[in-house]
Amino acid sequence: MSSIGTGYDLSVTTFSPDGRVFQVEYATKAVDNSGTVVGIKCKDGIVLGVEKLVTSKMMLEGSNRRIHSVHRHSGLAVAGLAADGRQIVSRTKSEAASYEKVYGEAISVKELADRVASYVHLCTLYWWLRPFGCGVILGGYDRDGPQLYMIEPSGVSYKYFGAALGKGRQAAKTEIEKLKLSELTCREGIVEVAKIIYGVHDEAKDKAFELELSWICDESNRQHQKVPNELLEQAKAAAQAALEEMDAD
Amino acid sequence: MDGFSKSIGGGGPNVPAGSHPAGGSQAAAGGGATQRTQYPYVTGTSVIALKYKDGVIMACDTGASYGSTLRYKSVERIKAVGKHSIIGASGEYSDFQEILRYLDELTLSDHMWDDGNSLGPKEIHSYLTRVMYNRRNKFDPLWNSLVIGGVKKGPKGDEKYLGMVNMIGTHFEENHVATGFGNHLAIPILRAEWHEDMTFEEAVKLVEKCLLVLLYRDRSSINKFQIAKITTEGSTIYPPYSLKTYWGFTHFENPAQGAVGSW
Repeated sequence: MSSIGTGYDLSVTTFSPDGRVFQVEYATKAVDNSGTVVGIKCKDGIVLGVEKLVTSKMMLEGSNRRIHSVHRHSGLAVAGLAADGRQIVSRTKSEAASYEKVYGEAISVKELADRVASYVHLCTLYWWLRPFGCGVILGGYDRDGPQLYMIEPSGVSYKYFGAALGKGRQAAKTEIEKLKLSELTCREGIVEVAKIIYGVHDEAKDKAFELELSWICDESNRQHQKVPNELLEQAKAAAQAALEEMDAD
Repeated sequence: MDGFSKSIGGGGPNVPAGSHPAGGSQAAAGGGATQRTQYPYVTGTSVIALKYKDGVIMACDTGASYGSTLRYKSVERIKAVGKHSIIGASGEYSDFQEILRYLDELTLSDHMWDDGNSLGPKEIHSYLTRVMYNRRNKFDPLWNSLVIGGVKKGPKGDEKYLGMVNMIGTHFEENHVATGFGNHLAIPILRAEWHEDMTFEEAVKLVEKCLLVLLYRDRSSINKFQIAKITTEGSTIYPPYSLKTYWGFTHFENPAQGAVGSW
């Protein structure tokens, strides 16, 4: 799908003759090259998982978080340029806080997704800004139940049952489609997400990775939090076992 | 402090602004309007708290007065803050609600760091001291006396903490504190009878003794109390209950005995 956008790709405020904004498409490439990020909507909540590629053995485990809490009831998983992602997370937190200051109640997930999308889109409108080199998956649980949104560098935001970004997104999406999400609980969901991430991880190209899992469900009191350690270890073990089974074939 | 300020001002909201000598006035300096808080409107009376073996116990009544009227009788003046603390307030109730909002913002952004750490009672007390003192310096105080108690793991194990901060920013840490009329009626009892490592039952008895004295002698207290405790397991705010009072004193039976009148 790559075409040379000679001359029309120098600025985000330039359209190409066939109606594309190349800078935004290039930004999407940055997302496509990052570690896989997966989000699914189970019947009682949301599960977010990230394949955090470890670039150096010197890095402390648990550092460079890719999943952030943006409010009590929502979390944001970031794919792409980490520094750009921090900016989006910071803006999302302040949007959620200012909404609560003005209206006296927690922001709805839909509204929050709208605001994130507007902010990301904003940076595609001016030549002195560049688009964000990251896509985000926003999972939240409010009065309307659990919801999952994905916001791309172009600023589009859609609501999903399951979404994936990054290197292994095609394979991940295929796996997600196989799941019966409406019958899955979050407890089962975290095992499935772990399996997917371990499955799409390319051992040849990238060596080490850390699995980051978070959830918002009835069990976590509808609050966004890291999956508790025992459940995380169980999920990792199940995922590794599934991988070995696949390799054995 | 809270009880006296009312008497200086001559009573609650019924006093017209012009006759108030101690307060400031709406100063509109050029283009910028400045606010000066003159007096509180809906106020809660004393809060008492003390450290005991497992943590901190705090108690107050559930009343809020509007001047001399006992307007609201089911007001919760003790709330949990984060995982490790409880806060009780006397004074202007709306200012307490605002303080709870600030604490909510504070604990939310602390929670979102997700780094295994959480704000303890000492940190909350420190934060509130800054807030209260800075407002006082702008002549627009949050008209409260706040009591913060909690337990948090420290370098020496589980550390109990109990502190107080009031509307002018005076703050300290103690084994037992009281606000408002409690300063005058409850503190002497606490000083005499508090000791280290009281059991929960002993602590409740001591607190009830103080609450009863306040009920008899403080005209803005009502016979409906809430006790709250904070331990390493978390905070518990118990449902409201009443104390038994005794009015059968002989002097009450014939009140006109010393001053017989004609009607």
